[in-house]
Amino acid sequence: MITALLVMIGISLALGAVLGFSAIKFKVEGNPLVEKIDAVLPQTQCGQCGYPGCKPYAEAIAKGEADINKCPPGGEEGIRKLADLLGVDYKPFGEGAAPKAKAVAFIDEQTCIGCTLCLQACPVDAIAGAAKQMHTIIASECTGCELCVEPCPVDCISMKLIPEDISNWKWPYPVYALTPVRNEARKVEAS
Amino acid sequence: MRTLFRFHGGIHPDEHKLESSESPARRAPLAKKLVLPLHQHIGNGAKVAVQVGDRVLKGQMLAGAQGMISAAIHAPTSGTVTAVAPHPVPHPSRLGGLCIHLESDGEDRWIALAPLDFHAMPKSELLGKLRDAGIVGLGGATFPTHVKYGLAPGQRIDTLVINGAECEPWITTDDRLMREHAEGIVRGIEVLRHLSGAAEVLVGIEDNKPQAIAAMRAACAAAPIEVVVVPTLYPSGGEKQLIRILTGKEVPSGGRPTNIGVACNNVATAYAIHRFVDHGEPMISRQVTVTGNVRVPQNIEVLIGTPLAEVVACAEALPGTSGYILGGPMMGLHVDDLHLPMVKSANCIIAKSGQLFPPPPPAMPCIRCTRCAQACPADLQPQDLYWFAKSNNFGKTQEFHLFDCIECGACAYVCPSHIPLVQYFRFAKSEIWQREREAQSAEVARERHEFRQFRIEREKQEKAERLAQKEKAALAAKPAVPAPLPVAADPNADPDNTLQMRVDADIARANMQMRIDAAVARAKEQAAIVQPKNTDDLTPHQQAEITEIETRRAKLREIASHAGADDEPSKSN
Amino acid sequence: MLSSPFITTPGSVSQIMLRVLLALIPGIAAYVWYFGPAILVSIALASVTALATEALMLKLRNRPLKPFLSDNSALITAWLLALSIPPLAPWWMVVVGTAFGIAVAKHLYGGLGNNIFNPAMIGYAVLIISFPGHMTHWLTPHAIGLLELPFADQLNYIFHGILPAGLTLDAVTTATPLDTLKTQLHLGLSVNDIREMPIYGFLGGKGGEMVALGFAVGGIYMLAARIITWYLPLVYLAALFSIAGFFHLYDPAHYASPMFHWFSGAAMLGAFFIFTDPVGSPTTRQGKVIYAAGAALLTWLIRTFGGFPDGVAFAALLMNICVPLIDAYTQPKVFGMKGDGK
Repeated sequence: MITALLVMIGISLALGAVLGFSAIKFKVEGNPLVEKIDAVLPQTQCGQCGYPGCKPYAEAIAKGEADINKCPPGGEEGIRKLADLLGVDYKPFGEGAAPKAKAVAFIDEQTCIGCTLCLQACPVDAIAGAAKQMHTIIASECTGCELCVEPCPVDCISMKLIPEDISNWKWPYPVYALTPVRNEARKVEAS
Repeated sequence: MRTLFRFHGGIHPDEHKLESSESPARRAPLAKKLVLPLHQHIGNGAKVAVQVGDRVLKGQMLAGAQGMISAAIHAPTSGTVTAVAPHPVPHPSRLGGLCIHLESDGEDRWIALAPLDFHAMPKSELLGKLRDAGIVGLGGATFPTHVKYGLAPGQRIDTLVINGAECEPWITTDDRLMREHAEGIVRGIEVLRHLSGAAEVLVGIEDNKPQAIAAMRAACAAAPIEVVVVPTLYPSGGEKQLIRILTGKEVPSGGRPTNIGVACNNVATAYAIHRFVDHGEPMISRQVTVTGNVRVPQNIEVLIGTPLAEVVACAEALPGTSGYILGGPMMGLHVDDLHLPMVKSANCIIAKSGQLFPPPPPAMPCIRCTRCAQACPADLQPQDLYWFAKSNNFGKTQEFHLFDCIECGACAYVCPSHIPLVQYFRFAKSEIWQREREAQSAEVARERHEFRQFRIEREKQEKAERLAQKEKAALAAKPAVPAPLPVAADPNADPDNTLQMRVDADIARANMQMRIDAAVARAKEQAAIVQPKNTDDLTPHQQAEITEIETRRAKLREIASHAGADDEPSKSN
Repeated sequence: MLSSPFITTPGSVSQIMLRVLLALIPGIAAYVWYFGPAILVSIALASVTALATEALMLKLRNRPLKPFLSDNSALITAWLLALSIPPLAPWWMVVVGTAFGIAVAKHLYGGLGNNIFNPAMIGYAVLIISFPGHMTHWLTPHAIGLLELPFADQLNYIFHGILPAGLTLDAVTTATPLDTLKTQLHLGLSVNDIREMPIYGFLGGKGGEMVALGFAVGGIYMLAARIITWYLPLVYLAALFSIAGFFHLYDPAHYASPMFHWFSGAAMLGAFFIFTDPVGSPTTRQGKVIYAAGAALLTWLIRTFGGFPDGVAFAALLMNICVPLIDAYTQPKVFGMKGDGK
């Protein structure tokens, strides 16, 4: 009886030691899950999710505090990837959170007064300018987060849709001749 | 007798070559207006080197190569540059691209032409000259020729493969070219042989072109060039497939022929090189087959930039024509707007009619019969790729080697369910490219955001340190020197210094607010009196700058409005 | 959107299926010759049921009727099912089996091209599990000299379940040669003794062997017309031959000869018509070989040791399950990836 107890205690101590050792030896720096989630997010840093940037949102998701459907710029594809990564179910966007077409900010240079407020709002430093100097968006770096639109005191910033040209044109999804169209026809009739 | 190898799959569509292959090639009449897209090759578009209004001579460079993979564009005839503006170009999107518009003066006057002594110059110089002559592959992909021979250190070419297979139905330009200009082609091959240093030169021609084979054999008799007859099987003229047939080697997945010591060029490219090296003529024209529902199917030598309508007019389209195919029926492009200009890649124009090209029956579900897999020359499993592409599972399509698909169309040709397989693959490819672009910009955004946060943090620290030092200095020396006001904006400094204000003392912030309020007021005034105030009291230098910018803007606006106007007809068609 | 290629082969799904139906005709002809025209009744019955069920399901699933009703795939299901159950089976069995196959095995999985399991074999499995008694009463072939039911009486039995007075079903029907072999082996007879019985012919069962030969002829036509590839049927038959041959050599008294396995039951029908169903079989060359070999092994195992007389249907269904796995592990190397060991 006592031998058995001792053996059990001995084994548990030994295993505990192994576990403790490996916890120190193979310690993972940071939270790898956060990095993985962050890698899926579109990095617009727009804050539409209610967190001050993509990384904080990633951290909140990792902690289980935030839903995976709060990122409109990531699109449905983004939700799917998150669902896949976290092993949870896909969740559609809520009301009013549907993704918009990709756009970049544009400063009306005639109206700009050079107040630098938009510079401070831009999360990716995509606005060039200085105090009393006219500001310009560096379109190639702009993530379309719209954070600069609100602070502008003279409303000179607008969002311009990125036009389709040959370089960003995509082949359309082939039209499949046999997809039933009657359903839609019915919907139209009903409405 | 050379041992030939075979590639997997392949198909035997009806050839339809005799319609156009039996009459000699002729020359299209000079068009009044020519449109030259800047992007006629794989890689970067060419950079405009002329001004609107310039008078140019035939063969003069209009746009130079830009970057490593690019090629120049030349004036196909003498005349005046009337515009540099978007115009519909042959592209599946039906969108416009930037083009040089040239109005011919009818004189067709050449620049001074001089043949090249290619043996005498270093290879790099010759490659540069080919680039500036706008020589690109005329087999269809328009890959700039000089890039193929710009070898990485350690690479060498053992075999030069010249592609005269011309496997796609209807097309006969290479056939005609080989029959009529075999000597010239061989001259061009000599240049390529010199460039590549290849010990072995093989010309692959499909066995359905006996006259071309005979002509090439006769022309090659004296040269160390072997003409190899390959069995007719589409797509034996695909670069990778022809190399496999002739050498038994496979171009590695994702690689180029040079990886296995092979270079491959089309016979038409060789001929273009001959025209350039022996006559000094840059690439300003090409031969094109006009066939299908036309009265006189034939091959025509056409200047690049000629409107397709004028090319088709030479062959006289018959009633019942319902659109055109630019290129062959397997890989070509449907066009119905004949304003499109002739480009370097266009080897064939086919007038479609309901009889020759009946619309495909409606698609049925895939029954996994694997006829597509049996026909695929790249050994892919199109039925699986289709399944994944259809369900937007793009990761899986890449796992199943979507990017090894050469879009030859063999799978869709044999599909008993008539599924537009190739279109699914193109759709998946462009979606993947789009995602890659997005992932790249997300990565850049992440870096910029992280750097910004780091910078803000650093500035805070520096501020704190400076304050601490200032206090120390103030304590040390009682008669204090007033510190320079940190908010004094230096227009030459980077915008970062403005951020100091945010973390600065209350005074600065108050100052700021005051200035903003004033500015808001000014902006409102501005709205009332149209004249913008921030352009008052300017030095003459600034004024000059502004005028310059304004003219530039005006020009851009003009271009943009042109683009809108020019896009209209293509969309309405 | 119009995109290349702009030309296609004239072939179509319905044409392929039609040719498969044509290829079944020699076997059916032999069936009629040796067993009388009752099989035509079940084929007709199954065909009507299949088309009606197909139409109903298409309607329910909101799909266009015309292209799918004319694709002939429902007819193949019907014919295969009719050929694998006894012609004397009551009419409602044919209807239930066919309807189940089409409605559940085909349409609930997404219709043409999406059915994991062969619908005809699902129909067969449902019938043999639900009504095993009815599934053992097969017609006796002509030219054995046994009592045969006139065609009119057969019809009467199929549709009304009435036999002429004084006759029992057992008296006018017989078990299949495979079934007989199995029961007689259990009774202690040797294979040779059993093969002496009148229902056996030169290769398999009398009559049945000629039907199998008819299916083989149809199969060779399909190979010649390139409707099916040769890997699957040939590997199946070769594997069945070698497994059966190995055991037959080892103990001829207890294990039937390979030729017997080939020419009795549904082996030939399976080799050329059932296992080759493209939807439920692997797409890769290597996969087809593995699939066929597995099917042959299962066929032989079920026939020899299983509870059912024939193993083709269950072999087909079991191998259907393995198809995704087989496909995943037999992806061929693509162009440009050979020879570098990757």
